[in-house]
Amino acid sequence: MLNQKDILSTLSMIDQQNLDIRTITMGISLLDCCHSDPKVACDKIYDKITTSAQNLVKTGEDIEAELGIPIVNKRISVTPIALVAGASDTDDYVPFAQALDRAAKETGVNFIGGFSALVQKGMTRGDRNLIASIPEALAVTDLVCSSVNIGSTKAGINMDAVRLMGETVKACAARTAHQGGFGCAKLVVFCNAVEDNPFMAGAFHGVGEPERVINVGVSGPGVVHHALKSVKGQPFDVVAETIKKTAFQVTRMGQLVAQEASSRLGVPFGIVDLSLAPTPAIGDSVARILEEMGLEVCGGHGTTAALALLNDAVKKGGVMASSSVGGLSGAFIPVSEDEGMIAAARSGALTLEKLEAMTCVCSVGLDMIAVPGDTTAATISAIIADEAAIGMINQKTTAVRIIPAPGTQVGDTVELGGLLGSAPVMPCHTGSAEEFVARGGRIPAPMHSLKN
Amino acid sequence: MRAIVTVVGRDQVGIIAAVCSQLSERNVNVLDISQTILQEYFTMVMLVDVSKCTVPFAQLAQELSDDGKERSLDIRVQREDIFNAMHRI
Repeated sequence: MLNQKDILSTLSMIDQQNLDIRTITMGISLLDCCHSDPKVACDKIYDKITTSAQNLVKTGEDIEAELGIPIVNKRISVTPIALVAGASDTDDYVPFAQALDRAAKETGVNFIGGFSALVQKGMTRGDRNLIASIPEALAVTDLVCSSVNIGSTKAGINMDAVRLMGETVKACAARTAHQGGFGCAKLVVFCNAVEDNPFMAGAFHGVGEPERVINVGVSGPGVVHHALKSVKGQPFDVVAETIKKTAFQVTRMGQLVAQEASSRLGVPFGIVDLSLAPTPAIGDSVARILEEMGLEVCGGHGTTAALALLNDAVKKGGVMASSSVGGLSGAFIPVSEDEGMIAAARSGALTLEKLEAMTCVCSVGLDMIAVPGDTTAATISAIIADEAAIGMINQKTTAVRIIPAPGTQVGDTVELGGLLGSAPVMPCHTGSAEEFVARGGRIPAPMHSLKN
Repeated sequence: MRAIVTVVGRDQVGIIAAVCSQLSERNVNVLDISQTILQEYFTMVMLVDVSKCTVPFAQLAQELSDDGKERSLDIRVQREDIFNAMHRI
């Protein structure tokens, strides 16, 4: 029989350390829903999603009950809508977002991702239409998430798209000004976007993926934090080893849930994304893990090194625990969604510059950051370009999810609610990047040799 | 299918008897029991076979949990797989 101590340690992880499965995400291909009549296309999209995912939420809840592990979100990701809607005779893609929203509500999922375009090298008519529709689409829907990939290591950075996305983020904030610019929380700008990411807002179902697929995202910053408390003062080798063991356990659980969901739904298993995804709850913070390593406050000197170790150890521990690891896999640092990050940003210890440095060594990028409402579109484009450059050169995924909350100034807080938390408005440089952004064109792809 | 029943709470008379009768009423077979008292806290772990259980698993979990609450006990039942996954390579 199993060791009683092991059983109780699992229960304690679930009860006291906020261990959970963050998401079961079903990827659904919509490539066969293209139609020249947009109305027909939207109907096909709605029908396909509601049929494919009709049992997703129920199955998630059943697994949750049997295994006794919370599964926080059930989500759907779909083929980038720019590819599907591009076939339709229309320039307005908002109805497509509304069809996704209706389908998401019908199936009972928490979010649906894929109102997306991939424009790292150039934009098609469909891509332009989609980007133009984003502010309205995110304002009139509740559950739809949007992402745009504007750069990659192989293609370089599309600076025309970067300029467009700076303007789109501002338009999104203006269109949802009454909600503190909430629309921006559902919009991610990527460099090197991955096709099998189960996490929102950046999830979409890539064209290289099968008809349907189940991807699972695990979480567990609280578990890692708790484990590190038992090795206080010990060398970093011990810290890394402890994180690896914990990540292994957490990922095994994710793998089990993924297999169960896959076999019950009759949908192939894709990947487990072993990310440390924080929530605003006390004891579920990535920042507190970094502080546990000996930093007085997250954002101080040493933070980047601590995060690098954490990110790498999580991957090493998780890789052996799952038959297939993918997605973003690493540590997330969304400011508004992490109790420790919120505190550090409020105290001024955590700045945009430090966050940018941190994104060089962890998954994703500048995530859930509020900046003053008068931040210009050019400045946001420049922030996106900086972050994309980090991703492009370092062959990693980077992203920007930034909220220029209308009417706010440094020191204010934007309340986003639920898992999205509350974002302290952080200062950014006021030096103009207008001319830089106005150039447009493309930043060429980097060398793939002579690396240093 | 095998499952693990855990019972945690302040020690009192008749816990094992109560839980076992709940299980037997629903045709759940107890395979193994280990029990300790940690700082006045009663902790019991049972390995059970639920393959012939007369009620659906989710209902069994809910009913045990509700019964436990009446006695101020935290009772839960989870499939054995989750513990195997996390603690066995």
